[in-house]
Amino acid sequence: MTVAVKPPAAATVRAEPCLTVHGLTKRYGGLVAAKNVDLDLRPGEILGLIGPNGSGKSTVMKLVMGLEKPSAGSIRLDGTEIAGWPAHKVARAGIGLVFQHARPLMRQTVLENIVLALLPDSLLRLAPDSSVTDRARAIAERVGLGAVIDRRPGTLAFADLRRLELAKAIARDPKVVLVDEPFAGLTGPEVATFSALIRGFRDEGKAVLLVDHNVKSVAALVDRVFALYLGERIAEGSAESVMADPTVRRVYLGGSIETAARPEAAFKRESLLTVEGVDVLYGKAQALRGVSIHVHEGEFVSVVGLNGAGKTTLFNAVSNLVPHAGTIRFGGQDLARMTPAAIARAGIVQVPETRELFGDLSVLENLDLGGHHLSKAEAAKERDKLYELFPILKAREGQSARTLSGGEQQMLTIARALMMRPRLLILDEPTLGLAPVILEQLSKALERLRQTTPITVLLGEQNVTFALPHADRVYVLEQANIVWEGPPDRFATEMGAAYL
Amino acid sequence: MSLIPARFILIALPILVAAALLPLGVSGYILGLLTIAYYFAVFSMAWDLLFGFAGEVNFGPTFLIGLGAYGAGILNNRYGLDIPLCLLAGTALAVIGGLALAVPALKLSGPYFGLVTLVAVLLLQNLIVVFSDLTGGEIGLTVPDVISIDADTNYWIALGFMTVSGLILTAIARSPAGLILQAAGQDPVVAGALGFNVAKHKIAAFAVSAAFSGLAGGLIVFYMGTASVGTLIDTAVGVQIIIAAVLGGRRTIVGGAVGAVFLIAAGELLRPLGSLSTFVVSAAALAVILFVPTGLLGLASFRRAS
Repeated sequence: MTVAVKPPAAATVRAEPCLTVHGLTKRYGGLVAAKNVDLDLRPGEILGLIGPNGSGKSTVMKLVMGLEKPSAGSIRLDGTEIAGWPAHKVARAGIGLVFQHARPLMRQTVLENIVLALLPDSLLRLAPDSSVTDRARAIAERVGLGAVIDRRPGTLAFADLRRLELAKAIARDPKVVLVDEPFAGLTGPEVATFSALIRGFRDEGKAVLLVDHNVKSVAALVDRVFALYLGERIAEGSAESVMADPTVRRVYLGGSIETAARPEAAFKRESLLTVEGVDVLYGKAQALRGVSIHVHEGEFVSVVGLNGAGKTTLFNAVSNLVPHAGTIRFGGQDLARMTPAAIARAGIVQVPETRELFGDLSVLENLDLGGHHLSKAEAAKERDKLYELFPILKAREGQSARTLSGGEQQMLTIARALMMRPRLLILDEPTLGLAPVILEQLSKALERLRQTTPITVLLGEQNVTFALPHADRVYVLEQANIVWEGPPDRFATEMGAAYL
Repeated sequence: MSLIPARFILIALPILVAAALLPLGVSGYILGLLTIAYYFAVFSMAWDLLFGFAGEVNFGPTFLIGLGAYGAGILNNRYGLDIPLCLLAGTALAVIGGLALAVPALKLSGPYFGLVTLVAVLLLQNLIVVFSDLTGGEIGLTVPDVISIDADTNYWIALGFMTVSGLILTAIARSPAGLILQAAGQDPVVAGALGFNVAKHKIAAFAVSAAFSGLAGGLIVFYMGTASVGTLIDTAVGVQIIIAAVLGGRRTIVGGAVGAVFLIAAGELLRPLGSLSTFVVSAAALAVILFVPTGLLGLASFRRAS
């Protein structure tokens, strides 16, 4: 970790907070995305709001910006209650948001995009104003967009698109700037430039809230860190103290985990799935860079990585759902020219993180759809086995899938995939948004599955607690690259520091 | 960044001068066709402000046109008000009716706005038939006054009206307020986060579109001397307006004028084909929309940009 030169936080930060969040709560149906969050932000301060995927950090950001309405709680900006205001009023009150994914107007030039951010919300501004254009040019120079000012966003490099988002935030001149994942997808030198621009906000006396997955990426920049998990605060303080916090370490590293890895030599020499040098580009962002992994028959392999690291992209490349370079072989067969449907029939069944259940159909009907290629008797036998694995599904047999809890839906999704008798089961982030107690049930079911059947599993997870115990082998995917491979018991010592 | 680009004036001016000189050389029949085409051009341009800039598909342009046309026509027919007063009242009615529709409808997201506007046309159509004492019902409404009986004068008025409307709508679309409107249409979440009241800008755009549609509707009544459901309100008429705007080029305003003249001219040129002509024109329009989705003008402006 590099420690940047920065003034001690206490000296520069005024005592009076400009943004005060108190008891902020947001419920989506049964899911509590933010629970009683209390948060202060002072002028001239950079606060890092961190938490793993599904921890509620984006929810908190959206609530502050007015993109979502809170279920309860208060948000005060300089003493004015703004909770529940529509976004345009919140923006005018002095809060700006830098979106993670650049969202410029694609048909306007860079200059026009910045001009837009400088305009007042008026219907009567019909005459063009050259002073506005001049200010827009000055801002473009400041963020390093001077050379591309007359181009359209579609022709810009990825980092320039992010610069444009910052330029818009500078143009609005807010008191509080919310920045969503400031460095996602940027290279080293670009990260340095962006850090300098964000420090520029602080030096102007603005309050900055950086939202990111882990402490490491923002540690050099922040004055203070606020860690969220499952919608609640788990730690707050300096970057160092939060990284040393036992709860944070348990959330990110899984604490002391019992692993039951079987050595790689225990499996057949040739692998069932071989991925070699796979590259995937999404427009200008590199989602996978030279990724190689292999999975043996009967092995349980976990791919660990934060949100946006490229896990889903990797699985989609295996199922041929995204165009990619490199080779992917399954049981000796090259998958390059096979359609996603043919790959599924060949035995690779993917359980997407979005679950994709048929909400209006019953549990039984969903399962039967998974087993529609089996004979009636076989399907019934398979179903009974799965009911043994997930007893709750038997109890819910006649209920429509929509009415199940999140954990039950996840179990049903996995069960439906198993009805297809996969040779390779790909689980993409099955723990997303699930409560700890549900995680445990799911974890037990997976363990039983691993011990009682010869199944081969490729699991993508950011929740290490869930990914490590069952794994025979672990890969770590970070910003489109595989950065580590090894048995799960070596993960905490070798990768722990980097993963916080 | 001027409101009316110089390049645009350079191209449009010779065309408009040539169009203004047409009465010297062509028959009254062709002038009559073009007069109608110019009013339809305004319908299409006003529609493009909503579709191309506010990002809302209004399936009921004829609802606004019908309010303007029947509002103006009934006042003249019943109460003998002067034409300018009737036009003013018709325009006001179109704006009021448009707002009454848009304010609640814009609260709905997704395709519902379009559906509401479509239903509004059917409602208006039925109202006109039900209140046939006032509206002339299915037979149509005749007005005692007309703007002029001279074909040349009518032609020049329509051409002038189209030109002024096109200039005003283009200027609005290219103004700072127009930029905000485009932002609201392209990405309402971002527009909101930048501090813009998306609903306010869309409703204002709807009011402007309604004003031009209503005024053009009123003018066309005082040109033809009649108003009927079949010529001004029927959904088929609305479809023609939409096709003209898309054909000419979305987000260009002027594309609506190009498309409207093109459609009416093509229909006339193909008249020898008999009932096949409508089919051929529709098929040609479909081909342009499928293969050149940016429309005739859009194609030209994209070449320039790349």
